[in-house]
Amino acid sequence: MFLTLTTTGTPDRPATDLGVLLHKHPDKAQAFTTSFGTAHVLYPEAEEQRCTAALLLEVDAVALVRRGKGKGRGGAPDAALAQYVNDRPYAASSLLAVALSNVFSSAMRGVCKARPERAAEPLPLRVRIPALPARGGPDLVRRLFEPLGWAVTAETVPLDTQFPEWGDSRYVRLELESASRTLAEALRHLYVLLPVLDDAKHYWVAPDEVDKLLRAGEGWLPGHPEQRLITSRYLSRRWSLTREAMERLELIRLAETDDSDVEEIDNAVEAEAEQEEKPTPLAVLRREAILTALRDGAAARVLDLGCGEGHLVRELLKEPRFTEIVGVDVSVRALTIASRRLGLDRMGERQAARVNLFQGSLAYTDKRLGGYDAAVLSEVIEHLDLPRLPALEYSVFGSARPRTVVVTTPNVEYNVRWDTLPAGHVRHRDHRFEWTREEFRTWADAVAERHRYTVEFRPVGPDDPEVGPPTQMAVFTLTTPTTSTPTPTASTAEKEAKAA
Amino acid sequence: MTTTDTTGTTARGRALPVTDLSLVVLIGASGSGKSTFARRHFKRTEVISSDFCRGLVADDENDQNASRDAFDVLHYIAGKRLAAGRRTVVDATNVQQEARRQLIDLARKHDVLPIAVVLDVPEQVCAERNAARTDRADMPRRVIQRHTRELRRSLRHLEREGFRKVHVLRGVAEVEHATVVTEKRFNDLTHLTGPFDIIGDIHGCASELETLLGRLGYADGVHPDGRTAVFVGDLVDRGPDSPGVLRRVMSMVKSGNALCVPGNHENKYGRHLKGRKVQRTHGLAETIEQMDGESEEFRAEVREFIDGLVSHYVLDGGKLVVCHAGLPEKYHGRTSGRVRSHALYGDTTGETDEFGLPVRYPWAEDYRGRAAVVYGHTPVPEATWLNNTICLDTGAVFGGKLTALRWPERELVDVAAERVWYEPAKPLRTEAPGGHDGRPLDLADVHGRRVVETRHAGRITVREENGAAALEVMSRFATDPRLLPYLPPTMAPTATSGVDGYLEHPKEAFAQYAADGVARVVCEEKHMGSRAVALVCRDAETARTRFGVGGASRSSAAGSGGGPTGSLYTRTGRPFIDDASVTEAILDRLRTAVGEAGLWDELATDWLLLDTELMPWSLKASGLLRSQYAAVGAASGAVFPDALAALEGAAARGVEVADLLVRQRARSADAAAFTDAYRRYCWPTDGLDGVHMAPFQILAVQGRSLAALPHDEQLALIDRLVEHDGSGLLRTTRRLYVDTGDPESVSAGVDWWLEMTGRGGEGMVVKPVGALVRDAEGRLVQPGIKCRGREYLRIIYGPEYTRPDNLARLRQRSLGHKRSLALREYALGLEALDRLAGGEPLWRVHEAVFGVLALESEPVDPRL
Repeated sequence: MFLTLTTTGTPDRPATDLGVLLHKHPDKAQAFTTSFGTAHVLYPEAEEQRCTAALLLEVDAVALVRRGKGKGRGGAPDAALAQYVNDRPYAASSLLAVALSNVFSSAMRGVCKARPERAAEPLPLRVRIPALPARGGPDLVRRLFEPLGWAVTAETVPLDTQFPEWGDSRYVRLELESASRTLAEALRHLYVLLPVLDDAKHYWVAPDEVDKLLRAGEGWLPGHPEQRLITSRYLSRRWSLTREAMERLELIRLAETDDSDVEEIDNAVEAEAEQEEKPTPLAVLRREAILTALRDGAAARVLDLGCGEGHLVRELLKEPRFTEIVGVDVSVRALTIASRRLGLDRMGERQAARVNLFQGSLAYTDKRLGGYDAAVLSEVIEHLDLPRLPALEYSVFGSARPRTVVVTTPNVEYNVRWDTLPAGHVRHRDHRFEWTREEFRTWADAVAERHRYTVEFRPVGPDDPEVGPPTQMAVFTLTTPTTSTPTPTASTAEKEAKAA
Repeated sequence: MTTTDTTGTTARGRALPVTDLSLVVLIGASGSGKSTFARRHFKRTEVISSDFCRGLVADDENDQNASRDAFDVLHYIAGKRLAAGRRTVVDATNVQQEARRQLIDLARKHDVLPIAVVLDVPEQVCAERNAARTDRADMPRRVIQRHTRELRRSLRHLEREGFRKVHVLRGVAEVEHATVVTEKRFNDLTHLTGPFDIIGDIHGCASELETLLGRLGYADGVHPDGRTAVFVGDLVDRGPDSPGVLRRVMSMVKSGNALCVPGNHENKYGRHLKGRKVQRTHGLAETIEQMDGESEEFRAEVREFIDGLVSHYVLDGGKLVVCHAGLPEKYHGRTSGRVRSHALYGDTTGETDEFGLPVRYPWAEDYRGRAAVVYGHTPVPEATWLNNTICLDTGAVFGGKLTALRWPERELVDVAAERVWYEPAKPLRTEAPGGHDGRPLDLADVHGRRVVETRHAGRITVREENGAAALEVMSRFATDPRLLPYLPPTMAPTATSGVDGYLEHPKEAFAQYAADGVARVVCEEKHMGSRAVALVCRDAETARTRFGVGGASRSSAAGSGGGPTGSLYTRTGRPFIDDASVTEAILDRLRTAVGEAGLWDELATDWLLLDTELMPWSLKASGLLRSQYAAVGAASGAVFPDALAALEGAAARGVEVADLLVRQRARSADAAAFTDAYRRYCWPTDGLDGVHMAPFQILAVQGRSLAALPHDEQLALIDRLVEHDGSGLLRTTRRLYVDTGDPESVSAGVDWWLEMTGRGGEGMVVKPVGALVRDAEGRLVQPGIKCRGREYLRIIYGPEYTRPDNLARLRQRSLGHKRSLALREYALGLEALDRLAGGEPLWRVHEAVFGVLALESEPVDPRL
């Protein structure tokens, strides 16, 4: 909520011209009302050699929380903003950017009737922001400002000096210096990049965001090497706000009940960044391997248990042989996204009749899951705590009991082949375990024996001679089929005999 | 099957016996007087007429084109009534066999008796009656003629069609004068309240039976207290003296000292006695041989006895069902071939096991009925309750034991077999058929909108969207439901205070309890850690036998040796600590303290459920601390030095910023106070070093919920626990008792709080000493009200909440929903404890626990 702009000068180009350029007199303290508090402009120093303007924004935290009353959880549409304890009153957030544009709107446009020539020329500038929230840290701050001609000094602020083990905060003490930018440019850089660094979660969304971005970015954004990140962060707000308001409320409350981060429990849907990399070749290979196993088992009615956002369901829909496809997930949010992505409400009746998505849980038995030809558990088991695995085992192999069960899970041995994965780390932060091939086989063999299935193992992805494939897959086949499934099992058994 | 034609005639007319739960099909031509008959003899709501249904679908009761739809509706309504166990009378001509077949199918589908009542009235009479009715005046004569013809043709076949009773009323007078007599079903003995001694499969072990009867207190088949023995069947086969068993049981049944349901072995022997060809396997040969030594007369008696056995009995006001092989709830009190078959043989999955025997369907796993089902049939080593069912076949003939269940005491009494009388074909299963064996609960028990019946606050509704959120958290993060028998309710804060500078203050809490009629309250110090519920078992064996976890039959890939000895979980049921060995270390310290304090014996239990606070707060909330609390501290700490310097610079230049500077200094001080506030609840830990636990309530022990134990007694137990903890884990909870009616005492309470919170304490919880208390109107009183300290509240309401303008706005908070939520969650929590203590099935306990989690996702101001 605080930043300073400093310039230096000479007798013929006095630094105090800053006041003229900013349209704010250096000898006065002025206050401006904004929708979230009061912005003050004052000059701690105003000499010919050096002049500093300070913008101080007094955020009314109570008003911020109470503003959105009635929308869901009795507060703003965003989880963090709904807290009285939030950093907005202190950090140089998107709110400060908005204040900047309100208070210095003429200067930002480069308008100065008194000194038009000075407004158009570069001047020596130093910008200081003592508490800048920066997701991405000093490194990103440099990547954003250096291409624009700023010399960047960025130090991270420790979270709490009393608890050094907590590490650094997301705040950076920032100092920018340049003699090559005009004041208007500097203000427009800040206007765009403050919320981008803040990662924008706490921003009031106006309908004309795209226009604003293009206007403020004129002359510098098109050529910026981080253009894509800037644009996506700046504009992604709208979607995330809607999403949070509509879909996460119950889970947010449960997280709060437990003093947990919302992200800690609401991670059934993968974060955006991860989605951008999709489809990774491995995910495609995995789906192909699963489809092959289902075709081998002559499955027509298929359960996708833990269907997530519906990637596999979409593939299954492309093959008419799968006459009934049921996607089950415990996350309502994942199902909502799956439904949207599959376009279920726009799909033709005949196609739509083949798909059914519903909330379910493999920690419980579920009669709705009985009587299917096959069930797929693709990258699901590793999201369960090990002590809860027997429950999943019973609900799938003991209760639902489809003829074919396909299970895929990461092969932890392969992790050493991922360059990007730090040693000893799991592939996804919600993975409760990752198994070696040996561990997976031991489990699968025991499951097969307990529930009268046979099991066959297949690699997915390049089968490394030393560490095996990145994904391991087990295909279980029921040995004593129930009377309702007569013919196809014979052929499966034959195929297995050949495979073995 | 009975056809009454002339029997049962009373002075006024014929008496027609009609079973209380049945589908009564009236048969007669149009105009034969069916509707009048139905009106006269049955409740208005029991009768569904085809005319009425035609009216429903076509606005015209005589529109024959609407018949198909009208009968669809009729069958649908009749089906709903029968499913709910209500007698239903179908008022339609039913002269065609196809129409009757559909109704017989319907009766069979719902396992009730189909009963035919035929109104055989001369065609001429029917025609005259129709002519007198304006709406039927134009009905062609040939229609009635056809009806009469079809009726006549049908009469002979009615029994063969499947009607279990057929009453034919001939002529107008007989119809006029007949009366309907409601009969109870044979299996309905709900009026008998016992007490009962239910005895498992005997299989000819006459000597063991005599010993058991003696131990139960019977002398020569009679109990001095008038108790009734109930035999679950399989009296014969395999054992040494089937005739002796039969003689004893038959005489007790005859004299009214016993009831008996048939087992599959009697059934088979009965068929043999009737001369049917049966295989003499599974010990039947022995029975036949032993019975050959008996008199022909005795064999005839046995034949009659077996023939008269009723498949199952519903006893004790519907609370108890006894049958041989177990029975799902929908078959209780029903009468059909399939009910009898299920009662005798049980259900199978259609698969066969490695011995080539059919795999039994684990019906008890699915059982959700309120009636206890006591049965036998499948030999098990121990009789154990599962979902309110218990199998009493403990393999006496195989050298196991003969077991009886005392009802309503629910006590087991057994007698060891004198020897192995018969070698089993396969080893006795280690668990009851469909024993828990790792099988999870069923989704249908928690899914969707639910209404939970609680004994302390009636019906509590869980909305669907809240259930959905709870399902996700329960499935992905929670502890195994078997080790999660309780979740703590949320707690309402005290009414917003008017005291200058305070948002919360104890004065209001004391006043509220005084208004609720609670005189004595206890103030308990709040510890500002994280809520933790601890289930502590005496050993892994207790956890296995009482909570069914870590069973040897199911080796998980985790491969832990002894299995867990309890659990330690958060307010949302998540394991408090990810590392199971650390959890076990904490449980071990608790267990030692419980033992040292002598509480196992004193409370007659081998497990305890404890409500506690685990410290420091930073242990669990570190994520939140970093992302929210410390972040605010860091940002404010970074920004104020610069901002204040700038203001001071401006002030030094003579710029008018004095007010702003004063205000920013105050805000800086507030931010520093905030940082101090959260820091008090954080300290580093290493393993268990630095970890502390403050237990404040023992929630339940074996057989007993302690939720209603007064807090002074609770705290006395807790104090002993803390005293006997040699490990340094446990911390005491300081407390002060206050009399809400005594101003001095109240003022002492306020001072105590001021002193405690002045030193940075979180605050206190005020509770009625009586724990579970109701107000004058009989409503539950809040079990606790929290009064949070002025400094602590900065963590909740922000660093600057104490500024007068902020306080003024923050006082506008509404507590109604939070209070209601707190009471509903409290009632669900109490219910979970009562169900746990009462040994109720896991799904019943889980239902209440799940309800607490679901309610916790209701939208309520999270700062309250």
